[in-house]
Amino acid sequence: MIELKKLGKTFGRKTVLKEIDLTFNAGEVIAVMGPNGSGKTTLLKTILGLVIPDTGMVYVNGEDCRKNFEYRKLIGYMPQIANYPENLKVKELFKIVRDIREKNSINDEELIVSFKLQEIMEKNFGQLSGGYKQRVTGAIAFLFHPQILILDEPTASLDPLSNEIMRDKIHRERDKNKLIIMTSHIISEAEELADRIIYIIDGEIVINKLLSELKNGSIEFSLNQKISSVLESIQHTG
Amino acid sequence: MKIKILKYIFLDLFRSKFILAYTFFLLLMTITVVYIGHDTSKAVISILNIILFIVPLVSIIFGTIHFYNSREFIEFLLTQPVARKSIFWSEYFGLSASLSLSFITGVGLPLIFIGINIQGVYLIISGVLLTLIFVSLAFLASSAVNDRVKGIGLSILIWLYLSVIFDGFVMMIFYLLRDYPLDKIIVGLTSLNPVDLTRILILLQIEISALMGFTGATFQNFFGSITGKIYSLIMLLIWIILPAMISLRVFKRKNF
Amino acid sequence: MQRHTKHIIILCFLLLTLNAFSKDVIVSKDNEINSVKKALAVSENGDRIIVRHGYYRENDIVVDKSVEIYGEDFPVIDLEYNYQGFTVKAGNVSIFGLDIRNIATNYMHDFSGIKIENSNYCTVENNRLYNNFFAVYLAGSDYCTVKNNIITGFAKTESSSGNGIHLWKCKNILIENNETSGHRDGIYFEFVMNTKIINNFSHNNLRYGLHFMFSDSNSYLKNLFRDNGAGVAVMYTKNIEMSENRFEDNWGPSSYGILLKEISNSVIRRNLFVRNTTGIFMEGSDKLMIKENEFRENGFAVKILGNCINDTLLNNNFTANTFDISSNSSRNDNYYSGNYWDKYSGYDLNNDNTGDIPYRPVSLYSIMIEKVPESIIMLKSLITEILDLTEKAMPVFIPESLSDESPRMKMNEYD
Repeated sequence: MIELKKLGKTFGRKTVLKEIDLTFNAGEVIAVMGPNGSGKTTLLKTILGLVIPDTGMVYVNGEDCRKNFEYRKLIGYMPQIANYPENLKVKELFKIVRDIREKNSINDEELIVSFKLQEIMEKNFGQLSGGYKQRVTGAIAFLFHPQILILDEPTASLDPLSNEIMRDKIHRERDKNKLIIMTSHIISEAEELADRIIYIIDGEIVINKLLSELKNGSIEFSLNQKISSVLESIQHTG
Repeated sequence: MKIKILKYIFLDLFRSKFILAYTFFLLLMTITVVYIGHDTSKAVISILNIILFIVPLVSIIFGTIHFYNSREFIEFLLTQPVARKSIFWSEYFGLSASLSLSFITGVGLPLIFIGINIQGVYLIISGVLLTLIFVSLAFLASSAVNDRVKGIGLSILIWLYLSVIFDGFVMMIFYLLRDYPLDKIIVGLTSLNPVDLTRILILLQIEISALMGFTGATFQNFFGSITGKIYSLIMLLIWIILPAMISLRVFKRKNF
Repeated sequence: MQRHTKHIIILCFLLLTLNAFSKDVIVSKDNEINSVKKALAVSENGDRIIVRHGYYRENDIVVDKSVEIYGEDFPVIDLEYNYQGFTVKAGNVSIFGLDIRNIATNYMHDFSGIKIENSNYCTVENNRLYNNFFAVYLAGSDYCTVKNNIITGFAKTESSSGNGIHLWKCKNILIENNETSGHRDGIYFEFVMNTKIINNFSHNNLRYGLHFMFSDSNSYLKNLFRDNGAGVAVMYTKNIEMSENRFEDNWGPSSYGILLKEISNSVIRRNLFVRNTTGIFMEGSDKLMIKENEFRENGFAVKILGNCINDTLLNNNFTANTFDISSNSSRNDNYYSGNYWDKYSGYDLNNDNTGDIPYRPVSLYSIMIEKVPESIIMLKSLITEILDLTEKAMPVFIPESLSDESPRMKMNEYD
């Protein structure tokens, strides 16, 4: 569904993506993990067209993403930080996306209901707490039944109940044969949700394995192994 | 589709406290000036002074801050199926429209109320053009510089340059070349600065132009003629379009 | 004064003796005497010619007898663009109540509606002079009166037009209550002495409302000069009094309320200068007392060139002028005191209506304008205000002496 070919990006002197080749398929939940500044968000942003790669290609459904923006119709995105115009009402925020996307389709308002967003529709976005802001962006991401969902730390500032709702939603969307790419810091969460783990360090993919392929079925275990071998190789070359 | 995003950006700014304060400030100032010196011509001069100072400053600083504040929202819009160009112009016109509306309400309404004349019309058009120009420059500064503080700094610098420093250089050139005929040099130099250009265009509309003596007559001949007015308008439009186009180019290639 | 009285006594005596033999000559359309010329032919010194209301087509009327010409209800003397109107060549002539119009233009002879040549004690009163080249022209004549006339011209260009009231080599004249407009200069004096100009209204003249040169010891009181091409010009003269006049709306690239050139020992007092490009322009003038005047809404209230010395500006009011005092020189040889400046921002701790810090009426920018006239294009720009503020805070270019040591906190009031 999504194909990345030799994707490279540097910001100034820092290389954030090093010739990344990846393929994502429908019906998968992929957890992209890695330390801060490792290139997780940049990877997602490249797929979304927010970051323009220096080298390499992004194909979504076989189409070159640099040439058009129409492919973003297929994608629902939930950012990590949401600071939207503070004088717009939540209702109006939903309207903007509806205005941009085709109106006729029936929207997926499940999260609006379960996140209890009807109550805050008339509120200005600037008045919302961080948790509510994230619930709103989450609801918007799922609104148009997108075939691809890109979720940047989807549960980071959600309360336990909303967290549960979100996990449940992700599960059910996966079952509808959708592609879900998410970043996460929490290993247990990734283990619970993901079918495949991608681990990035300094713009390089160090792990790209199905959960079932990982030794002992544990990310932590294989991670430790991997990291120590990476460190060894750095010491050798250094 | 484009116009719809514009609508919401405008709506957000329209409700913002800053825009409200700006409108009231202009309104208060204009009403005071109008009621103190009941003569429209005199009022125009006093308002001109404030407009040449306030409008560029507010437009460029508020424009820059707005651009940085909108970063996440722009990011969000960019993930939607919309062209970058559409988002850029929506931001540009949303901001320009709300600042212009503030200006028209704050300065134009009182003038219309006391009976507007041709000078007032010039004043309002110039104010709107200055707003557009400095929003363009704000976008240029903020799309070129990623760091918020540096970007605001750059904006202040641009404003300072066009409002004060440039004129300082012009005065220096006047003084150094005072033994040569300066008329053509002045027309050339001043038309390079939108603030000077609007200032002169309005001054020539007011009776005060008689103060300019024979130098004034030269300017009147140039800027007062149809050719001169078209030339001035084109120069001002270039000041709007050129920075906007450059910042659009930068915006299109920008990483968010 | 003594000579004046003597003249008057002689005049009264003459009049009394003449009167005994005088007669009235009636001019009327349906009379045998149907023109002023015919009436003059049959009159003698001391006669009165009464011109009945009507329309008389005649010109070149030479008055060489001491007669009184009296128009009833403004009879029209239409010169029909042939030659000029009245030429007075005898003393004690009075021309009253005529409507003289449509003169021919002649540059050689300065064609005039009424010309008085080398004749004393003449009166031109209550006439209407319409569409003349020169209207009232006095040459070499003394002790004459020009009063209550309405003088309207249609001058197109300065070089092809004459003056409303023109005096050349005259003494002891009274010019009172006349209205002149549409001429080259409203009132023009050259070599005129001891003359009073009172209560005249001179407006919309192409060049100057009042123009005089080499004319000492005259006084100009309570006149109104409005909307003249270049205002009022006073040149090469001394001992002038100009009081209670109004100079209004002389607005244009080279317009002045008054242009003073080489004037000395004169007083300019209690005049009002409103909306003039330059209120007073002074060049080479010394020992002038400019006091109790009001300067309002002028571009430059007073421009004093560097060659002016020992002039005093006392107790004047300066309000809403773009520039108060402007000079091409940073030297100062003049004295300022007790003026009210609306731009003054000082304080008055002891409450004596006199500011405790001096006011500096010349701005750095105004000096720059005098040095580089083109820099006026920076008018109302931020840089000029910054320049002026800086100079005010740290005077470098403008001498400390150029200041009003006792600026008033409130407007000076005159009774």
